[in-house]
Amino acid sequence: MAEPLLELKDLRVSFPTEDGLVQAVNVVSLSIMPGETLGVVGESGSGKSVTFLTVMGLINRKSAIVEGEVIFQGEDLLKLPVDELKKIRGSKIGMVFQDPMTSLHPFYKVGYQLAETILAHEDVSKKEANERAVEMLRTVGIPRPDQRAKQYPHEFSGGMRQRAMIAMGLSLNPDLLIADEPTTALDVTVQAQILALIDRLKEEFNAAVVMITHDLGVVAEHADDIQVMYAGRVVEFGDVDDIYYEPMHPYTWGLLGSIPRLTDSLKERLRPITGLPPSMINVPKGCSFNPRCPYQFDRCLTEEPELIPLDGHHAAACHLSLADRRKVLSEGVAIQR
Amino acid sequence: MSVDVAEGVAAAPAPRGEPLLRVQGLKKYFPITKGILFQKHVGDVHAVDGVDLEVYPGETLGLVGETGCGKSTLARVVMRLYDATEGTITFDGRDITGLKGEDLRELRRDMQMVFQDPYASLNPRKTVGTIIGAPFKLHGVVPKNKIKPEVQQLMELVGLNPEHYNRYPHEFSGGQRQRIGVARSLALRPKLIVADEPVSALDVSIQAQILNLLEDLQNELNLTYLFIAHDLSVVKHVSDRVAVMYLGKIAEVATGDTLYRNPRHPYTGALLSAVPIADPDRAKAKQSVILQGDVPSPIDPPSGCRFHPRCPRTQALAKAEGISEGVMPICREEIPELTRQHEGQVAACHFPLEDAVGPPSTQ
Repeated sequence: MAEPLLELKDLRVSFPTEDGLVQAVNVVSLSIMPGETLGVVGESGSGKSVTFLTVMGLINRKSAIVEGEVIFQGEDLLKLPVDELKKIRGSKIGMVFQDPMTSLHPFYKVGYQLAETILAHEDVSKKEANERAVEMLRTVGIPRPDQRAKQYPHEFSGGMRQRAMIAMGLSLNPDLLIADEPTTALDVTVQAQILALIDRLKEEFNAAVVMITHDLGVVAEHADDIQVMYAGRVVEFGDVDDIYYEPMHPYTWGLLGSIPRLTDSLKERLRPITGLPPSMINVPKGCSFNPRCPYQFDRCLTEEPELIPLDGHHAAACHLSLADRRKVLSEGVAIQR
Repeated sequence: MSVDVAEGVAAAPAPRGEPLLRVQGLKKYFPITKGILFQKHVGDVHAVDGVDLEVYPGETLGLVGETGCGKSTLARVVMRLYDATEGTITFDGRDITGLKGEDLRELRRDMQMVFQDPYASLNPRKTVGTIIGAPFKLHGVVPKNKIKPEVQQLMELVGLNPEHYNRYPHEFSGGQRQRIGVARSLALRPKLIVADEPVSALDVSIQAQILNLLEDLQNELNLTYLFIAHDLSVVKHVSDRVAVMYLGKIAEVATGDTLYRNPRHPYTGALLSAVPIADPDRAKAKQSVILQGDVPSPIDPPSGCRFHPRCPRTQALAKAEGISEGVMPICREEIPELTRQHEGQVAACHFPLEDAVGPPSTQ
């Protein structure tokens, strides 16, 4: 088996605050192979963004407590000094943020911002960097890229800005692209354009992609593997078919029951998860999902479930016996093929 | 799950009776001016440009469209928060387009709005009790000493703990705040509720709670909804009929199922195919129509059919007929009218799509 491109081992991230310790990421382990797309699904506050901000080294080391290992191409990024990390960030790991309105600098021309990234990492002339910036804008499908490069972000539409962000994320041909809710701020037709673009560029540049999203539709169409996060932990992991057709965690069932489906012909009532996500300062004892879980029993209140492999590389963290879960599953909590 | 195509076509009963809300030829232009002292009128944003729409009592009419298509403006004109530039709004058999003063105030009892952002639409310095009780005070329909029990009853109705009467909005989560917004809109027992993206700021599990709540309230209080959202799956789920809007105009109206199975307007088709489907097998089988470019500016909308510069249908037809401009001439020159397609389905297109053999996801 090939070496994983990125491996997280027992990553924990917490932030000390006046109100107490916020356990944003509470033990996450995962590995991503080259060329793979990993979908990370979870609601607000599930720790999905913090996990990958930590990978990027974008969490302030002074204000956060980070434990565990982040192995990227054989090196532990958490142990690297900041200037070494800067070399990897951008050139080997690219990132696309959620909000294209705030993640481009409003005072600088788009082309300049792209060229700046290239100049910071490579020994090229300004002219060359500018030419490559224009070339990247062309690659991501921006019409008249030479003129567009001379414009400011406010002259771009939302979709265009997100394209420019992707151009920036990919301008140094990274091995890993982390896309944090890349299309949440966009309309569906633009979203379809952007996701198709990420897929195409992934093939072209042979990069691995981490797609962080709350949209179960987006990952169904574009990911190979999916990781479901709840309250700072991975509660279920598996390939796309596992997660949609044979999910083995009550939270995943809840998520699937919560989304209205375009394909339903009957007006079926949604089955929402009751209650609210927990406060990350006061995470419930035992399984953190227990207050909202309809199948909860005494063991869930005391013992934290481990992420246990089921078959293949499908794994779930739940105390319910497999037979019980299969029974629930047969009642139609997942998607029927 | 197998899909029966035929049932989708037949199961579209036309709504009967008089519409509760009727919008005819509605236009809303926002002027663009230049200069500081002499404000020269240099153009208009054609936000809503000739919309005809009916909402029947007890139904939910969904309104979908992308950013900037004018759906929120339409809602605000209907609510009389903006004045219409042209056209008429009839509510409950009465022309309300030009209502003023006391008449308008009274009208507001019958139509209320739920807003998108549960953080911005509640005054952070007022308690929940005051916020939900405000409509009672403003309209003086409930004596002062009866307000508190009324409010608490409303809070219970929307699934809030009535004991939280004296709390402030910041003490509630996003979903709970949206419940507060719903309770406030229900206070005066309105007939029509205009909900502008009521769930788009919420997490999926919370979104489902609010959607179920809106459904229950509709059944219980016999409400009529005009439900605006950009998420087609949500709109299809809650609505009896769905209107698709593009650049200030209605492109198509049909029941959710007919719309999904047999969209007639190429824009509807493209919009549907762009929605990501949370079902890997169907997602793989689906053929996406990826629209090129962005929505044109409503300041200077395209001539003829507003969708023609991006329309894959007219482009394909023009190519087949060897027309060098790339679009059929009629699409560029003539504005298509809403014409009847299936029972209860209208679409504004010169070359409507044929009936699909299956739903778009499996074609």
